[in-house]
Amino acid sequence: MSTVSPATDLPRINGRLRSALSARSRPPRANAVSASVTFGWRAVLKLKHVPEQLFDVTMFPLMFVLMFTYLFGGALEGSPRDYLQFLAPGILVQSIVMITIYTGTVLNNDLRKGVFDRFRSMPVWRPSFLVGAMLGDLLRYTIAASVVLGVALILGFRPAGGVLGVIGGTLLVMLFAFSVSWIWTMLSMFMRTQESLMFASFLVMFPLTFVSNIFVRPETMPSWLESFVDINPISWLTTATRGLMSGDPNAGDIGMVLIASVALVAVFGPLTMFFYNRKE
Amino acid sequence: MGQNAVNAIEVEGLVKTFGRLRAVDGVDLSVPTGSVYGLLGPNGAGKTTTARMLATLTKPDAGTARIYGHDVVQEADTVRGLVSMTGQFASVDEDITGMENLILVSRLLGFGWRDARERAQELLDAFGLEDAADRQVKTFSGGMRRRLDIAASIVITPEILFLDEPTTGLDPRSRNEVWDIVRALVASGTTVLLTTQYLDEADQLAERIAVIDHGKVIAEGTPSQLKASIGAGTLTVRLRDPEQRPHARHVLEQALGVSVEMGSDPASLLARVGDTGNVANAFSDLSQSGVELTEFALGQPSLDEVFLTLTGRPAEQDEQPADQSGTEEAA
Repeated sequence: MSTVSPATDLPRINGRLRSALSARSRPPRANAVSASVTFGWRAVLKLKHVPEQLFDVTMFPLMFVLMFTYLFGGALEGSPRDYLQFLAPGILVQSIVMITIYTGTVLNNDLRKGVFDRFRSMPVWRPSFLVGAMLGDLLRYTIAASVVLGVALILGFRPAGGVLGVIGGTLLVMLFAFSVSWIWTMLSMFMRTQESLMFASFLVMFPLTFVSNIFVRPETMPSWLESFVDINPISWLTTATRGLMSGDPNAGDIGMVLIASVALVAVFGPLTMFFYNRKE
Repeated sequence: MGQNAVNAIEVEGLVKTFGRLRAVDGVDLSVPTGSVYGLLGPNGAGKTTTARMLATLTKPDAGTARIYGHDVVQEADTVRGLVSMTGQFASVDEDITGMENLILVSRLLGFGWRDARERAQELLDAFGLEDAADRQVKTFSGGMRRRLDIAASIVITPEILFLDEPTTGLDPRSRNEVWDIVRALVASGTTVLLTTQYLDEADQLAERIAVIDHGKVIAEGTPSQLKASIGAGTLTVRLRDPEQRPHARHVLEQALGVSVEMGSDPASLLARVGDTGNVANAFSDLSQSGVELTEFALGQPSLDEVFLTLTGRPAEQDEQPADQSGTEEAA
């Protein structure tokens, strides 16, 4: 049965195959940076081929800005436009920090696929797979930030800090988001399904983003709630971003955010690598 | 390559347990350089787990495995530079194109962007995938996917290629293509460790085969040694009248000189035949004794039969005498 070969293209292919095989050129190994950039490129390709992924980073931020500006604006600050001056930096924080959750779910899905085995069986700097995924996320954050800020500007957000203040604030938010994404990266190593990971992430992120100073000034809250809001790193980030965008940057606020970011990476980075290296 | 003195793969007492299951239970293997070595066994026998340990994807619980003398645990990074793995489930990225997959792998192996693109194009041409270069892999057929997968494994021609069930689920044409690719690889000096469920495939490609069952090597040898150990094939006889089965069985046993089993179908009889010369006699004896037949077929031994024989199930106890030219039982 196996002795009868159905007709194939192989005579033609075989010649080229031999020459492709004889090309035994062996370039020096890819360094850590180049491998990470290559994985980042892969993440960008995925956005190109599966643009639906961009819904999360465009539609949600758009919805948040419009909804909260008009829902709370009149009640809290007299007019939506006045409220927006307060809300815009905070809603930027909320949008970007929320989409860090997708870092985990995308990775969790990736780790279950056969191609992950290929990467792991190659002589490549191991963390580059994770670093590359996070580089790809920076693109998502940039897109989401552009949507939030673009819409806010159209609706009448006029930051006193100017272009530099806005860029500075955005960079701070992205840095913090990058640090937070290590939490989800770690969880993605052992959560069994994307759904359970998503659920766990929202369980953490909803209280952290809503019980903060993003939407409402903490002074109006009961004191026990206010004290939680005051120690919530999301509040620190929001305060620091407001400062930068309003042209009144506060080194203390920014310093707190930087410390929180470093602490997150210092704790969850090694934990992630610990679980990652044990994955089979 | 100066590595010819050492075996490509040397495995001793390899063990891997998952919970209470001993997936790999003391496997020993010696794979010489430049050959195709087959790991043959049914689903769940431990073939894939063994290959994954050799490719540094899974850590063994006990035992050692060396690739050209390099330990797969202690020197994992060196080993990764020598081997490539093509998984049972295609190890390519479904969301991106064939071209992008090969550029990705080339880049990770150290090619610059331009060289990576050139190498990718060369491999797409070599594997007959040039027309599909810019299509997402999820639109590929099973055969195309496997070819891309193998292409990705030889961006830098590895010393050892692990092919984990490379033709499972492929149509005969694609299967033959994969076989030809494997032959070309071996001709170029790569050692191939092939896992398969098909005796036929191991027979076609492998110079030596280890039969694995329940995590243990139960037989090892060349394909002809293995086949000789279980006879030339199976004779299947189906009777028009099931009542005649005891009689027909007796006639067959006399003619063939081997034991004849009752199949699960009440009208069928099965015999493992050592010498096919007796088969013609068996047919005429049956006709002369008035047994009416609906089927009389001689088939190649299947993996099932290899297994039934090697695992020593009761049905095969009084099989061929043990003087069949030697299958070397694994230590």
